[in-house]
Amino acid sequence: MVPFTTLNALACPLGLENVDTDQLIPARFMSRPRDAGYGGFLLHDQRVGPDGASRGSILDNKAYAGAAIMVARRNFGTGSSREAAVYALWDFGIRCVIAPSFGDIFASNAVKNGLLPAQVSEVAADAILEWLAAASGRMITVDLQACSVVCGNRSYPFVIDPVRRLQLLNGWDDLDLTLQHEAAIKRYGENRRREHAWVVPAVS
Amino acid sequence: MTPKDSAPRTLFDKLWDSHVITMREDGEALLWVDRHFVHEGSHHAFRKLDEKARGVAEPSLTFGVADHYVPTRGRPVIADPEIGQMVERLKRNTTKHGIRLFGLDDPAQGIVHVVGPEQGLTLPGLLIVCGDSHTSTHGALGAFAFGIGASEVAHVLMTQTLWQRKPKRMRILVDGTLGAHITAKDLALHVIATIGADGARGHALEYAGEAIANLSIEGRLTLCNMSIEAGARCAMVSPDAATIAYLEGRPYAPKGEVMEAAIVAWLALASDPDAVFDRELRMNAADVAPTITWGVSPEDSLPITASVPSPEGSTQRQKYLMEALAYMGLEAGRALVGIPVDRVFIGSCTNARIEDLRAAASVLKGRKARVPGLVSPGSSAVKRMAEAEGLDRIFTDAGLTFADSGCSMCVGMNGDLAASGERVASTTNRNFRGRQGVGARTHLMSPAMVAAAAVTGCLTDVRALLLVEG
Ligand code: SF4
Repeated sequence: MVPFTTLNALACPLGLENVDTDQLIPARFMSRPRDAGYGGFLLHDQRVGPDGASRGSILDNKAYAGAAIMVARRNFGTGSSREAAVYALWDFGIRCVIAPSFGDIFASNAVKNGLLPAQVSEVAADAILEWLAAASGRMITVDLQACSVVCGNRSYPFVIDPVRRLQLLNGWDDLDLTLQHEAAIKRYGENRRREHAWVVPAVS
Repeated sequence: MTPKDSAPRTLFDKLWDSHVITMREDGEALLWVDRHFVHEGSHHAFRKLDEKARGVAEPSLTFGVADHYVPTRGRPVIADPEIGQMVERLKRNTTKHGIRLFGLDDPAQGIVHVVGPEQGLTLPGLLIVCGDSHTSTHGALGAFAFGIGASEVAHVLMTQTLWQRKPKRMRILVDGTLGAHITAKDLALHVIATIGADGARGHALEYAGEAIANLSIEGRLTLCNMSIEAGARCAMVSPDAATIAYLEGRPYAPKGEVMEAAIVAWLALASDPDAVFDRELRMNAADVAPTITWGVSPEDSLPITASVPSPEGSTQRQKYLMEALAYMGLEAGRALVGIPVDRVFIGSCTNARIEDLRAAASVLKGRKARVPGLVSPGSSAVKRMAEAEGLDRIFTDAGLTFADSGCSMCVGMNGDLAASGERVASTTNRNFRGRQGVGARTHLMSPAMVAAAAVTGCLTDVRALLLVEG
């Protein structure tokens, strides 16, 4: 996983609440292999009409081409556990989403792929969105060491679980860590079966 | 070590404590997974295994279910090659790793969250995961069950464990009794409307109280299923006599002496009387009306007797409401009752168990549907049961299609979709934009309410329908 420390990048003010993962990537695209790239599926049905014509979404606005930060409102990534929502954001080029709250599973999936879910207050989200709306093409700096979002001369704190922060900062993969506990896992599994015979699925 | 006899613990505390393999200084715990369900959508995770050239740590605790992409008609033929490939890929991956698969042609096939409890794979006291957010369903039997993403699925496949931080504990106590024709679905939508789609975020949610104790296991499954729509990490109900009665004799459930020991362990799981919750809410079942969604999030729920909300509140809120109403093609202020629907769907892991089909059939019996609709039972076993009871005839006589079991129109991955602009009365769990098809307008409600909408061709208070027509 690529470590995340600081990011200075163009920010796209999506500004919507309850952006569920069904919107982030409609289900019909999820059977595709990842190598093909998922970026084109990001928020697909808001960007492309049934006739294939562009709906003029902010994601396709030239002023935001190359944005690596997205700013949204409460409950971003709610709903389905599909990690493909993160793949779509990542392949589109997004490395950080700033919002007042995130769906739990989405936030976990994001971190596992190196994408930072930065949780700011409602007031801060409003202020950041307003600042971005005032002029297009504005850059934001997200500093994961300091847990701050810097917009021009204003700075806003964000929160993230300390463990997730460390994982992102170091680009750690869970598996390496888990394998250090292999003996304990084996012991636990054996004890559990011995002490509680009912946990073993009965053979039908 | 667990302080067994000291501090009072909640059901969730007990479930958590019994699965901790090791704790890290930073507070993350490595948890043991007792059951892991995979489905066609798990292909990303299997690919990660291949990339790392690793196998499945505990194939005997892993179960595959074909549900998300399976066709509901014309089986075993799968017309669409892309869909056929998804079902085939699951078969290949499970065969390769020695995992028991409830595949397309298996008599026990069905939707993963229906199959687990039905087969007795879901038990109280177990930690259960699946790469699907509605895994919260299994908590209805007193399990610690939650949905995970593809990276975590791969981690569980490789190690049978997961790193987690302990969520906070929340309890919703529901006093009193639900009124006639008011179900767990109405209660679930009522809860979500009350606390919001992120109201239980970061919490393990326990339901308790008189109304919950009186719910059938099917009802509890519906309630825990919908809890993810309130943002809960997982949801649960303490196992009781009803739980045990439900599990006895199920194929994979313990038998004989092992079952006796299990029952003792299960009944000890209930929250201790003085256990403390981080958050507690109390509501009265008598306040729950038949509840439906009008908008694009499950929190956009109202009693059927209400009207479409008018945009008010902050500018942001007004914008949200206006966009939701525009998507739904609804006019602010009009009564919900009487809004015409184009189609109905009875299915999904939320509301397609036998009790749900019975409730819908009791409304449809001797009546005709004015709109087309699809009934997809929660499992092939439920389908056979419904046929044995003659429910299939009631549905087809009413003019609805009675099909095979799968996720079907809950998510539309198999091609069962509504057309753009169509309004669907649906027993499913998500009314997100485009969930049932690009531009489709979903109204969530109970099976009886969907049946009532089918009969009248519009959103209807099932109580009024049954009163008027007898
Ligand atoms: S029925 Fe719907 S919610 Fe349930 S597992 Fe299938 S797609 Fe998910």
